[in-house]
Amino acid sequence: MKQMEVGDAALVARARAGDESALQGLVERHSRAVFRLAYRMTRNEQDAEDVVQETFLKAFKRLDQFEDKANFGSWIYRIAANCSYDTLRGRARRESKLVRDQDDQGSEDQMQQVPTSEPSPERLVMSGEVRTRVGAAMARLSDRERSAFVLRHFEQMSTREIATILGLDEGAAKHSVFRAVKKLRAALEPYLPQAAKAEAL
Amino acid sequence: MNHLSEDDLVLLFYGEADDDLRAHFGGCAECRSAMGTLESLLATLREDDVPERGEEFSRAIWERVKPQRAPVAFVPRRARVLPVARRLAPFAALAASLLVAFLLGRASHVSEPITAGARERILLVAVSEHLERTQMVLVELQNAGGNGDVDLSSERQWAQELVPSNRLYRQAAVRAGETGMANVLEDLERLLVEVANGPARVSPAAFEEIQKRIESQGILFKVRVIESQVHERQRETARDVRNRLAS
Repeated sequence: MKQMEVGDAALVARARAGDESALQGLVERHSRAVFRLAYRMTRNEQDAEDVVQETFLKAFKRLDQFEDKANFGSWIYRIAANCSYDTLRGRARRESKLVRDQDDQGSEDQMQQVPTSEPSPERLVMSGEVRTRVGAAMARLSDRERSAFVLRHFEQMSTREIATILGLDEGAAKHSVFRAVKKLRAALEPYLPQAAKAEAL
Repeated sequence: MNHLSEDDLVLLFYGEADDDLRAHFGGCAECRSAMGTLESLLATLREDDVPERGEEFSRAIWERVKPQRAPVAFVPRRARVLPVARRLAPFAALAASLLVAFLLGRASHVSEPITAGARERILLVAVSEHLERTQMVLVELQNAGGNGDVDLSSERQWAQELVPSNRLYRQAAVRAGETGMANVLEDLERLLVEVANGPARVSPAAFEEIQKRIESQGILFKVRVIESQVHERQRETARDVRNRLAS
């Protein structure tokens, strides 16, 4: 995590004093990073955008609880991680219900509403192969594995922080990261740089 | 010592390995080579496919957030929690009490009975707010700590405020046949009562006990699951209302 920047501290102080432009400043500073975290966890652009909005609404509602000595970035990313994980759980329930409904009704149309985790043809064309493969491999992880891995690898959170956000004990959080790395290695080893493959052999 | 497993290497990479693992790694060429492969994999993963968002995205988010945000009325945390929570606690309980009585149809002055759907929506909103507040206390408890005794005075005040309303929501959940919610609220109530009645400063060992209890019972996880279910039901009831209005 980055150390809290002076700019964030000043913006938080001004926001608490009722300065609306300071709130906007916090959105401008952090919304894209929050989006990246939310997208990595949810693998869905629309869900990630909704998470960004919900994150800032929650953060501003709780701004009076933010400790001055804390890092605003870390604080808001924790809120974003919580919102993302809630979104994943809600989506899993909806998809499960949708599958049940389809089984009941024999409808094929409804399945088209299930968000796909595979990269779209446009993304395949526009992205490099490695990026596409990485995205696809990440999408194939379970929600818990992907969330734990994203928080560990991209957000540099400790096992304890991950466990708190995901509502797991520390052992389970750690093993979610281990399983994620194993699956990612299996999926991506053929695409690793040649030198690394040679060492692996 | 055997060579390091992949899990050991992952711990080492993220700086969570113990001294034994680090000592072996320092003297083992084979493990360092294996680490090279892992580092290559993890570096490759940095090249992921997150869609880029430009300046306009921040502006769009602000336009979405601006009309919905609550006004920020900052009062320093300690100052807010200690006297204000104490003054508000009876009102929070009274509000919950009135709400629960209303929802159970015991408010005799209600001229027209509210529909079951409206009753459910009101209860869901109230319970959702309550669960959000309790979650904040639990997260604070999990993240508190440091050197020496732990100051739990603010968490204690929050707990004192939340116990009466938690009890009322639990009773309402029991009456409504919401067994899962009632059980979680019961677990929560035990913990809140313990914190509310405990000392304002606790030793590191006593604090660790509280944290272990939260963790071993999975209370935070259960509260999140229930809160998430409540949100889902809120969305479903909102959809039902929209569908009824549209038809």
